[in-house]
Amino acid sequence: MTTTTTTTPPVAAEHPGVPSASEVAALIADAPEPRPTLIKTFNAMMAREFRVLRRNAIATFTRAVMQPLLFVFVFAYVFPKIGGGFNLGAGAAASAGTGAINFATILVPGLMASMLLMQGIMAVTFPLVMEFSWQRTIEDRALAPVPIKVLAIQKITAGAVQSFIGACIVFPIVLLVHAAGQAPHVHVTNWGLFALILVFASLLTSSLGLLLGTIMDPRKMQMLFAVILLPATMLGCVYYPWSALHHIRWLQIVVLINPMVYMSEGLRAVLTPSLGHMPLWGVLLALVGGTVVFGYLGTRTFTKRVLN
Amino acid sequence: MTPDVGPAIRTEDLRKTYKSSRGDVPAVRGIDLCVESGQFFGLLGPNGAGKSTTIGMLTTLVLPTGGRAWVAGKDVVADPVGVKRRIGVVTQNNTLDMQLTVAENLEFRSRFFGLGLREASRRATQLLEVFGLADRRKAMSTDLSGGQAKRLLIARALVHRPDVLFLDEPTAGLDPQTRVNLWDILRVLHGEGQTILLTTHYMEEAEALCEQIAVIDHGEVLAAGTVNELKEGTGAETVITVRYEEAVPEGVTARARLADRPGVSKVEADGDYIRVFTREPEGVLGELVTVGSAAGLTVRDATQLKPSLETVFLTLTGREYRE
Repeated sequence: MTTTTTTTPPVAAEHPGVPSASEVAALIADAPEPRPTLIKTFNAMMAREFRVLRRNAIATFTRAVMQPLLFVFVFAYVFPKIGGGFNLGAGAAASAGTGAINFATILVPGLMASMLLMQGIMAVTFPLVMEFSWQRTIEDRALAPVPIKVLAIQKITAGAVQSFIGACIVFPIVLLVHAAGQAPHVHVTNWGLFALILVFASLLTSSLGLLLGTIMDPRKMQMLFAVILLPATMLGCVYYPWSALHHIRWLQIVVLINPMVYMSEGLRAVLTPSLGHMPLWGVLLALVGGTVVFGYLGTRTFTKRVLN
Repeated sequence: MTPDVGPAIRTEDLRKTYKSSRGDVPAVRGIDLCVESGQFFGLLGPNGAGKSTTIGMLTTLVLPTGGRAWVAGKDVVADPVGVKRRIGVVTQNNTLDMQLTVAENLEFRSRFFGLGLREASRRATQLLEVFGLADRRKAMSTDLSGGQAKRLLIARALVHRPDVLFLDEPTAGLDPQTRVNLWDILRVLHGEGQTILLTTHYMEEAEALCEQIAVIDHGEVLAAGTVNELKEGTGAETVITVRYEEAVPEGVTARARLADRPGVSKVEADGDYIRVFTREPEGVLGELVTVGSAAGLTVRDATQLKPSLETVFLTLTGREYRE
């Protein structure tokens, strides 16, 4: 072993990818003066999300369409065709004093809420678990010149946009796919309120997605379905209005811990107001409060995970 | 490149202790470093020595639990955004954005640093050409070879002309040819005045590249200086180790009077080996064989290390370097 230290730059043009001194000098001299601002960096991160979404458009679209399509096909086409025996939700609605309402009508708000949750978690939790595990690619964006909590807020925002789009996809599907006479009776009277509920419901799911993505053990991802997604959907007033649960009073109270309930009921209040629904103030309080709580917790755990 | 704000990197008693269920695990226990602007600085130590934790704290991604650190004049805890604006980081893992193409990785990094669309695209093109990746610009970053990915990581760290370039184990896991290529790239960058802090567990890498080296183990700096200073500081000794088939009986080295030979500073006998630190290695190896056979020992293997970072490490820690 020699004892010399050579730091003289050899020009190694024969090696692929090794720049010459003059090239590097030009690179350094030409370097643009960076003037990052919070807004510019945030926007660039959002642009990155949309670039990825566009690249994966087919996969994303398929993911967003298949669930509502199959649900609507089975509940609004297959079941009415094979006999009304499965019209349980409508029965429940009727018994809640709302009269004869087809199941598709009950299903529309519930399906939208279910899509919100699904998309929020797919868009935020899954990528996040990947970014935190193995190569920790999260460091790529963590090194951007903004506080880590801005990155967390950006992830919530991007997730909310995807949730929102996911929920909107339900509309054309429910209006197009149904058996004759089984079209849902959807009528939006207050567009402002509808938008408000959708926006907060989207933010709530993506905040929850962020929280789950930062506390989930990647090896236990299956648990996500068993412990979160499935109970949240089945007990989220997707297939029945909350008021119909008065027959099972304890359940009616227990499901109040489920954020899905407020999304389904909020959308029910603006989409199918003729159906019994939870008071609007309760819905809004839960949606805004849930967004704040999950957003705060998610941002905190995210920052802790990034800055270990 | 760094404005007149003193050294490019300075740390004072920098510490990091991880809390775990089995108690506190100290990863870095009070490190003082000073890296001048324009310097090529190496943090050398075996795996688990605390190098990555140190670089993590300097790049704001690991929160120190004690002490302070400044990079480009900015406090890493009080002003992490200020630090992030002024540094480029080549992470040990491949942290390229897997969802983006090669060119997009550079374009979006530029945009994170506030460049406009056109400027970001121009900079990406320039970097791809200089780093020999122009023909892969539309490839997904996951399709790159190990060496190409490393080059892209370096290019990405340079989009905004950082005051300090950090590289965490840049050549770990690369084939020898790619490693030499990377060394050349780093030499050229340094030649153009780029301040570089590199961590490595390869002795020869630190020796070949770095002007200043801090030898680190168990979270502490054992010695710092130029390669020559380090060798001088530890006596620039040759280390001769002979292993025997049998355990070395007690008193063998004393009876052989090895320590009385001229130039010998230390003789160690432990288990099945005898090790001699000396400035005058001539004849020592033969002596060890003779001593061994007189004591009824059979030689299994023998090594003679000329003064190098490896002998420095051996002298400092009394342990062989574990990579």
